[in-house]
Amino acid sequence: MRTQRRISFSTATIYAALTLFAAACLLPVLLTLMVSVTQEDSIVNNGYSLFPAAFSLDGYRTIFANGALIFRGYAVSIFVTAAGSLLALVVTALAAYTMSNPNVKYRHFLALYFFITMLFQGGLVPWYLMCTKLGLTSNILALIVPNLMFNAFNMFLVKNFMESLPSALRESAYIDGANDLRIAFRIYMPLCLPVLATVTLFYALAYWNDWFNAIMLLDDKKLYPLQYILFQLRSNIQMLEMLPTGANAAYTLPAESAKMATVVITIGPIVFLYPYLQRYFVKGLVIGSVKG
Amino acid sequence: MTSFFREIVRNKYSYLLILPAMAYVFVFFYATYPYLLIAFQRFNYQQGLFGSEWIGFENFKFFFSSRDAIRVTLNTIELNVLFLAAGTVFAVAIALLFNEIRSRLFVKIAQTTMIFPSFLSWIIVSYMMYSLFTTDYGIINQAIQAFGGEPVNWYSKAEAWPAILVAMKVWKDAGMSSIIYLAAIAGIDGSLYESADIDGATRWRKMTRITLPLIAPTIAILTLLNLGKIFYGDFGMIYAIIGDNGVLYPTTDVIDTYVFRALRQIGDPSNAAAVGLFQSTVGLLLVFFANWLTRRYFKEGALY
Repeated sequence: MRTQRRISFSTATIYAALTLFAAACLLPVLLTLMVSVTQEDSIVNNGYSLFPAAFSLDGYRTIFANGALIFRGYAVSIFVTAAGSLLALVVTALAAYTMSNPNVKYRHFLALYFFITMLFQGGLVPWYLMCTKLGLTSNILALIVPNLMFNAFNMFLVKNFMESLPSALRESAYIDGANDLRIAFRIYMPLCLPVLATVTLFYALAYWNDWFNAIMLLDDKKLYPLQYILFQLRSNIQMLEMLPTGANAAYTLPAESAKMATVVITIGPIVFLYPYLQRYFVKGLVIGSVKG
Repeated sequence: MTSFFREIVRNKYSYLLILPAMAYVFVFFYATYPYLLIAFQRFNYQQGLFGSEWIGFENFKFFFSSRDAIRVTLNTIELNVLFLAAGTVFAVAIALLFNEIRSRLFVKIAQTTMIFPSFLSWIIVSYMMYSLFTTDYGIINQAIQAFGGEPVNWYSKAEAWPAILVAMKVWKDAGMSSIIYLAAIAGIDGSLYESADIDGATRWRKMTRITLPLIAPTIAILTLLNLGKIFYGDFGMIYAIIGDNGVLYPTTDVIDTYVFRALRQIGDPSNAAAVGLFQSTVGLLLVFFANWLTRRYFKEGALY
């Protein structure tokens, strides 16, 4: 009887601890959401609150009415994420096929070739000089090509998966007269869809969340992705510049709620795709930690 | 040489498929290495790598004789050690606790919530932090005032930021990291727990005497892997949160933010390259050292 009670006490403590941490993870997100729908006066008078005194969609209205730059940023982010992850997927998957092919005699050398770059980085300056030399400044390619378009870790992830497939697949296709192009596209890629989905989401999230390429390489405001616009928006003064309200703004601009509204619409796609993100990220993480 | 060409021709399609990745890595890694030489120059964008004046170790002298050198180096190491220690403790603790829970539904909901922050960019997180820490409207100051305290101007209080940054790192990443440890725990032989049950072991005893020792290699390997990265500051995190707030530099300025400023704001690429070369070199040595340790104690976990 006594053990029974002690166990249930420890169980309760465990539930409480995990609930507490989970709540702590959620609270800042909820707070942001609530501030974005709070009336500006209420923020000025009472501060940020999870339970705002007065609701208002003025923050969102401000963005929709004046936020040409934010919408352009949204479009840039979507385009860069879609085009970038597609390119990265192709480059990664094709390389992984060759790395997993035991007939390729130099594959160990190739593995070393990629591996070295994971150990030794030239650093920011050589990378920056190379990008400027290639003309990857102030054009959309500057957001797509540098840094994000290939990740050796992801390639090794796909390669490990391909190596776990039976080699008879490849051998019998060779006997039937298929070449490596055909085998890669017709046999391996379809069989690798789960791991390809995982790395595509890895890439897509990296593109969506990226602002490093923008801060390093872009001068042209028209090409700012959403994350970098948020970076720029952090002071109210910048907010006013970004959202012109006419010659003299006689009323208070809902700056606080508009900022948080921009944050909310930036997280939007992540929330929308969250079930997939969660499933494939967890899968990729477990595979990567066991084998990589 | 003929065998080389024979191999290329025989597997021509395979080599064709890997060519884009090889070219990419060549351009953005190997071909950039010569630019490291500008660390020994007074680099000038017009004259380029071949035309700029060579000045030996001047840039290194400039950096190491400045007060910034010690500051950014120590900050980088201090913050990364704190991130690593706190991150590991929390991730392991969360995994251990989840392992005790039988309700699948609770695990699912709690995990879904805890993983979410790891999908957000540090920019987004910096806004969320702003709503917590800002002086006038922030939740934390509201709480302090509710208990009768004086509001704190967090964004000018440098000594508070190592703790804040560690808390945010744990907040963002611990949930996701715990997944790896949960996978390691799932691999433990269930009969160990059954025999422990027969011997009347308590839950705490099973946790500390079975689970923890058996996932210790995973903990050690992941820690050593991260030890190799300890000289690289998290630019994406620090610059997103701190930005150009110089008041906070004494505790938060790291090598990577220093290099960024030298390159993009001060406009001294040679100085930036010298600091970057210092970082890359020490970073490489640390990777070798961490791998040597790993290979010595956990052979299967070594990188190479």
